[in-house]
Amino acid sequence: MSNITESSAGSYTSNPADPTPGTIEDSGQGSPRTGTARVKRGLADMLKGGVIMDVVTAEQAKIAEDAGAVAVMALERVPADIRAQGGVARMSDPDLIDQIVESVSIPVMAKARIGHFVEAQVLEALKVDYIDESEVLSPADYVNHIDKWDFTVPFVCGATNLGEALRRITEGAAMIRSKGEAGTGDVSEAVKHIRTIRGEIAKLSALSKDELYVAAKELQAPYELVAEVAREGKLPVVLFTAGGVATPADAALMMQLGADGVFVGSGIFKSGNPEARAAAIVRATAQYSDAAAVADASRGLGEAMVGINVADLPAPHRLAERGW
Amino acid sequence: MSAAVGTTGDEAAEAAGPAIGVFALQGDVREHLRVLAALGARTSAVRAAPDLAGLDGLVIPGGESSVMDKLSRLLGLAPAVRAAIDDGLPVYGTCAGMIMLADRIANPITGQQSLGGLDITVQRNAFGSQVDSFETRLAVPAVSADPVHAVFIRAPAVLQSGPGVEVLASVPAERLESGHDCGLATGFVPVAVRQGNLLATSFHPEVTGDWSFHRYFLDRVVRRAR
Repeated sequence: MSNITESSAGSYTSNPADPTPGTIEDSGQGSPRTGTARVKRGLADMLKGGVIMDVVTAEQAKIAEDAGAVAVMALERVPADIRAQGGVARMSDPDLIDQIVESVSIPVMAKARIGHFVEAQVLEALKVDYIDESEVLSPADYVNHIDKWDFTVPFVCGATNLGEALRRITEGAAMIRSKGEAGTGDVSEAVKHIRTIRGEIAKLSALSKDELYVAAKELQAPYELVAEVAREGKLPVVLFTAGGVATPADAALMMQLGADGVFVGSGIFKSGNPEARAAAIVRATAQYSDAAAVADASRGLGEAMVGINVADLPAPHRLAERGW
Repeated sequence: MSAAVGTTGDEAAEAAGPAIGVFALQGDVREHLRVLAALGARTSAVRAAPDLAGLDGLVIPGGESSVMDKLSRLLGLAPAVRAAIDDGLPVYGTCAGMIMLADRIANPITGQQSLGGLDITVQRNAFGSQVDSFETRLAVPAVSADPVHAVFIRAPAVLQSGPGVEVLASVPAERLESGHDCGLATGFVPVAVRQGNLLATSFHPEVTGDWSFHRYFLDRVVRRAR
């Protein structure tokens, strides 16, 4: 608990308004510290405005890096294949992760199952740069998420609404991504989730102090964190978006809706021309408010991934409903 | 938002505050804009060559240098910034910004270029992966009487620098990832350097609340060049 208050009440995000250097997490002179909230959240800050791409081989990782990915997500099967093939989806083979880490110099992320803290320990030992505790894999624990404060490596977690995002941050997540519906190529759930999170933050900002206590109860999140979000008008960590982004226009849409950056899963390597599509999505994400640039980026990309309408998915196959 | 927060006297000359752009293709642009505005600068985001007009200084933020390089060339910003550097525009680069300002990158991705201007060779991710990222306090006498709070995130380091480069701060070379010790002459590796109007740090003052490097840039680099 002290961890949580320290890092959130430390108002990491509002530090530029704080004229006293080092009022929090004062590390003392000459004693370097790893794995602090600032260091963990800081890497996510550096990814802003960028595209993080799912890759399943070292060759794909290289293609992603060359196309301008800001990081890659190493996994065994992209969500569209997990969906098609079914079965239990787990952490990737360490050899595969090693190969991907070796092949690129941009940050490498990897997925662990919800609640599977040993998969997370393994990924930390493999020196990945970020762990995604992800609903795309089969949950290992239907009650508890991983205690992410326990790790030096930072975590990103999915959320469909503000309460879920704040619970993940309370558990130590250093970055949030709206979930969307992975492996569909249907952006509608991503839109719904980012609009929900941003809308709920806007509502909090309009509440008076006495109302925030009730808001914290309803959001099922700690009061201090809720009050910080109300005060700052944003999460204390970076908010990316994920799940269903398949085109440059999809990416620009999510950026215009207020995402700090974009995860693209199946959308790139399940398309006709991954190199061109990857570069185009990077460009559209950077120039998201310039319609002419997004139009240019959208030309001549060949087939987009085929896609599945989320409405056609029976409820048990909706990944966004995993995690709570 | 008073200019008095960060600047020292000369209110009349500084009434308007210097015009500082932040290179805004990718990375932690917002954090730099907030610090600079709080220190009294008139800030703007630089996304295309025309945005450079009228600037007194430019900050290149943290982010992924290979992405910044690619986008800056694609959008025609790279040659314009390089020309401005050659014309003496003060520029401060943090982390990826340091890599962008370096004349030489020891470990670029395929085809990666830098803007250049600083006579240094940098190593990307010199300290290892994210689990090795760290924060500490650094003695930087030229910049601040108190130790400076420095956050290193998959940070670069300066492996070699030319005679015109002033080293402002260093860390023990033992922090470098093994195998990246490319024959440094001393047991220390530079992490903050200045050459004329160009300033670069391996670390990120913009995420700490310690504004001493931004003050130094505004007061000691930009103001002198104005």
